[in-house]
Amino acid sequence: MISLGHYLALGAVLFCIALAGIFINRKNVIILLMAIELMLLAVNINFVAFSTFLGDAAGQIFVFFILTVAAAESAIGLAILVVLFRNRATINVEDLDSMKG
Amino acid sequence: MNPANIIPSPVSMLDFWAILPEAFLTLSACILLIADLFIPRERKSATHWLSILVLVITAVLVWRNGQDPTLYGNAFSGLFVRDGVATLAKFFILISSALVLVYAKPHLEMRGLMQGEYYLLILFSVLGMMLMASSGSMLTIYLGLELLALCSYALVAMDRDNKLSSEAGMKYFVLGAMASGLLLYGMSMVYGATGELELSGIRGAINSNMQHPNLVLFGLVFIVIGIAFKFGAAPFHMWVPDVYQGAPTSVAMFIGSAPKIAAFAMAYRLLDSALGNASHHWSDMLSVLAVLSLVLGNLIAVAQTNFKRMLAYSTVSHVGFLLLGLIGGGVDGFAAALFYSVTYALTAAASFGVIVLMSRSGFEAENIEDFSGLNERNGWYAFLVLLIMASLAGVPMFVGFLAKLEVLKAAVQGGSLWLALIAGVCAVIGAFYYLRVIKVVYFDEPKTKEVLVAPDDVVFRTVLGLNALALVALGLFGGPLISWCQRAVAGI
Repeated sequence: MISLGHYLALGAVLFCIALAGIFINRKNVIILLMAIELMLLAVNINFVAFSTFLGDAAGQIFVFFILTVAAAESAIGLAILVVLFRNRATINVEDLDSMKG
Repeated sequence: MNPANIIPSPVSMLDFWAILPEAFLTLSACILLIADLFIPRERKSATHWLSILVLVITAVLVWRNGQDPTLYGNAFSGLFVRDGVATLAKFFILISSALVLVYAKPHLEMRGLMQGEYYLLILFSVLGMMLMASSGSMLTIYLGLELLALCSYALVAMDRDNKLSSEAGMKYFVLGAMASGLLLYGMSMVYGATGELELSGIRGAINSNMQHPNLVLFGLVFIVIGIAFKFGAAPFHMWVPDVYQGAPTSVAMFIGSAPKIAAFAMAYRLLDSALGNASHHWSDMLSVLAVLSLVLGNLIAVAQTNFKRMLAYSTVSHVGFLLLGLIGGGVDGFAAALFYSVTYALTAAASFGVIVLMSRSGFEAENIEDFSGLNERNGWYAFLVLLIMASLAGVPMFVGFLAKLEVLKAAVQGGSLWLALIAGVCAVIGAFYYLRVIKVVYFDEPKTKEVLVAPDDVVFRTVLGLNALALVALGLFGGPLISWCQRAVAGI
């Protein structure tokens, strides 16, 4: 039997992978976008699991909204990425350092 | 599944009256979106005036709706809340956004950025902020927040051929999206522990005999981190200086002003309306954030030579002061924080207006030394800089002083005397770098002797002057606004 705890553990593991992807990754901005998507999916697993175990549909409705917003978010992220690449000809995270202080 | 949770309660006509300002703003923004396509490039000031008109009419509608007590309470089965805080926050969000549009026009024209996108993205992010201020459920908070955030990411990267602008956009996007993810993770935990998305339901479910008190606490940590990111409180302030420096000035002045009021409204909804029964937990977390913001913000700002970066770190320290009000809690504490966020938004808009005043096409007055000897080049503009810097520093008689006094009082009443003492010391350190700007303006040798010619825009110059003078007027006669804040929070 798969319990609520299993789902929450899966959500937590995905969330930690996403955080690690944002902080450890130094090479590629696209991996940052993937990590952000993963983070939102981890949250979705939490919401769906809680919603099922509480017998309350509101959590699953929230998930639909998160999925929609996540799609809009990655569209904007990729658009900014295209502009960034046109200006600098690189998508290396380490090269994003022209402002300091 | 319980069918009672799925079938919504009937929607009444009053619900639609309650969202009249939002509905008007949405419709007019959509109409403007189409109309802008037919406005030729050289006549873009039409879009500018129409956007300001839309904001002002919406502000009037918010004001009129606020006078009608029958509209108070929940609408749309608790998703939307109409109360005093929502009315006040929305009114000032609209006013400060309209100010920003006035200040932005000369800058956009100088930089060749005078396009419909700027105005539409601002209108839609104002809609997001209004939704945040009125949200009665975690769902509406999230949607309002994302509407604001997605528009801001696009605005920051709007100057497409500028390397700094696109880099700042990317940094803002990654950190902002991560903050939303953290906030959502916290919300999912609170939802799991209480079984409620509605804020009042969450508040009712958190009591001493609940089953999973630790789950709420776990979620609360993530929610506080998410709020701190959106405020720009240390140690989650990394995006603030880069966005202020990299974004076009006309965008940075928007991000620096109205969203602070919206962030306050979001913090008020989440921390008081929903998690008010766990206040002893979150006030400890906020104390750490407040001390770090005050100390780091003020110390790093001293070392800045770039004016916009200095303003960014000054924002971090102001957020520290604002948090003091939230920590103080109660009607007085939240009212003080609301007063702080409103007056800070007005001051921040004016301080960016000064940069526009000094800029010419091909030259951005973003270093502090660009202001040297301003007094010899134009005495009136030097005086405006003096007023704004003195208000930011918190010199008595100015509104910045009144706002700081209110939050310090709230912190002392809340039993955090030590916090108030640290804040007092930090305010003195902060005064140094604001007064340095005044010193540069009045006592340094000007680099050029030419008389400063401000942008040829009467409305811009008049409004900037009035805004700076309002900082003195509110400092001397700020009583009514403070009592309005208190009535709004107390729900009278």
